Amino acid sequence: MKLPSLILATAACAAAALAQDTIKVGEYASLTGKEAGFGQTSHHGVILAIDEINAAGGVLGKKLELVYEDNQTKPGESATAAKKLISRDKVVALIGEVASGRSLEAAPVAQAAKIPMIAPAATNPKVTQVGNYIFRVCFIDPFQGNVMAKFATEQLKAKKVAVLSSVSNAYSLGLAKVFKETFTGAGGQILAEKNFSEGDKDFRAQLTAVKSANVDAVFVPSYYTEAALIVRQARDLGLTVPFFGGDGWEDEQLLKIGGDALNGCYYSTHFSAEDTAPAVGTFVAKYKKRWNGEIPGAFSALGYDAIYVLVDAIKRAGTTDGTKLRDALAATKNFDGVTGKTTINANRDASKPATIIAIKGGKTSFFKTVAP
Amino acid sequence: MAEFLQQLLNGLSLGAIYALIALGYTMVYGVLRFINFAHSDVFMVGAFIGYYAGKLVPEGTIWGGLLVLAIAMAGCAILGMTIERLAYRPLRGAATLNVLITAIGVSLLLEYSGQVFFGAAPRTFPAVFPSANFSVGGLVISSNQIVVIVVATLLMIALEFIVHRTKIGTAMRAVSLNPKAAQLVGINNDVVISFTFGLGSALAAAGGILYALNYPSIEPLMGVMPGLKAFVAAVLGGIGNIPGAALGGLILGVVETFVNGSQWSTYKDAIAFAILIAILLFRPAGLLGKFTVEKV
Repeated sequence: MKLPSLILATAACAAAALAQDTIKVGEYASLTGKEAGFGQTSHHGVILAIDEINAAGGVLGKKLELVYEDNQTKPGESATAAKKLISRDKVVALIGEVASGRSLEAAPVAQAAKIPMIAPAATNPKVTQVGNYIFRVCFIDPFQGNVMAKFATEQLKAKKVAVLSSVSNAYSLGLAKVFKETFTGAGGQILAEKNFSEGDKDFRAQLTAVKSANVDAVFVPSYYTEAALIVRQARDLGLTVPFFGGDGWEDEQLLKIGGDALNGCYYSTHFSAEDTAPAVGTFVAKYKKRWNGEIPGAFSALGYDAIYVLVDAIKRAGTTDGTKLRDALAATKNFDGVTGKTTINANRDASKPATIIAIKGGKTSFFKTVAP
Repeated sequence: MAEFLQQLLNGLSLGAIYALIALGYTMVYGVLRFINFAHSDVFMVGAFIGYYAGKLVPEGTIWGGLLVLAIAMAGCAILGMTIERLAYRPLRGAATLNVLITAIGVSLLLEYSGQVFFGAAPRTFPAVFPSANFSVGGLVISSNQIVVIVVATLLMIALEFIVHRTKIGTAMRAVSLNPKAAQLVGINNDVVISFTFGLGSALAAAGGILYALNYPSIEPLMGVMPGLKAFVAAVLGGIGNIPGAALGGLILGVVETFVNGSQWSTYKDAIAFAILIAILLFRPAGLLGKFTVEKV
């Protein structure tokens, strides 16, 4: 019983921190390491939103202050970072993470301390099931898996598909499962199912087996480092069918590592800078100005939206008290952001459209948007 | 059948890299009777030297690729000899455990200084050798696989020549057999040990470049897993035995690839290591551990 009471005590301290002149927002992200691309882009979006809000006078008469921690893409670091942010820095809310696995590590800490956590892009359903203080501003994998299964049947005209997923990654397994169910439900066949582990570099064995299975397309629900190497090695082996994946592919490193091998591949994500919606245009211009011409990716936009959703809730709650802020977040309805309208549902998830990106001529291009 | 041959080829090219790294472990064990855990990080440094050198030469030329390979091997040979001089030589004569722990320390030092100097984010290794794919029957052979197998084979032949046909090689075998007696007949043990580290590190650098060519995403912790596998390969073949290390590397690469291509791909590392345990149960000295007269 000692530990929970200690955590409650730190929550009380967090409430006491209100007397200070800034509102502290905590962020934990993979700023370095294997998935640094995820952390860096969402971090840039978060900073841009906070700068804008402070320039406009802050919230509740106070400025926002961002306190961030790098989890180095390592398992185990996110919970430590969340504990530090909550107990030492006394943040009023946590923003994090892009990856579901690491969000799942920090979520119990935030839940126990009764500090709301908003995951910008963790799509595994389990993340918000941790407790009623955990939210997200993106769609979830059952939706994404459905979109990609439909896409495979309708656009790629694929009847026989192979699935290559990572056994040590919650996101990959969850997305693969939904995809398989929907795709076989629609009459498709999964002819080969192969696995690998996070950090693997050699996929030739699995791909050789996939090649012999003679499939129309290959679904790879993994993160960009593995996806890029997989497609590259597949092309080396003479496997020319289209590969497609989920939002884990979203990073410029994908094209840097994969190069021309990725032509003719597709992935689903949350946002495209080429979207013609006026809100997107203004956001892209502001983002490029702030970050020296860098084009915002989906996680930049979601990090940006996460801060605005949080600020909107703080305004409605009129306080930064954890419980009241939680209630205000849960009541978020039709909030207009750059990734579309955010409505937090009963499961504390957001339902949003998915964007499909096509890779052509070594570049990503907007393919289409699928409504929820 | 085509699939079987393709998997065999995939396995051999992976195994050739494991073999190159395993040789460094086994040579150092031969002369000093300790496991140089920093070896897998010398492999990483080799890949990074190749990354920077690769930017200076035109991409996709054979001479450029060979030049990058030579620069990385020379750089790592110097690094290996420096590590030996600064960290291991002062401990000569101390208990093996002390040296072993120092080796782990050097390994962590290299990994985390790598994160400071190179950054923790993965980088894309340049395509320094020309690349093309050849189709033979149902078999697809990539030029990188050919480069790996050819370079690894040539280096192993060169190593075999150095160890058995040169004066310094004879000295290495003498030190390995009995260091005190070697000293008595006028061999400078320090020079021989330093040379062994340089040679092993150069092979690790070659392994690093070949690995990065095949899997072109490099980062400071990239040596950990291949290093562990290569260590296992060295033990599998009989640690201290040069042909054993090469054989162990090839076996491990091929087994791993075949398991990966089967429906048990989830268990690939478990199966590879179970085979290791089984072999060690029946042959505690490793596959070739008992048959050889000389240990280097």
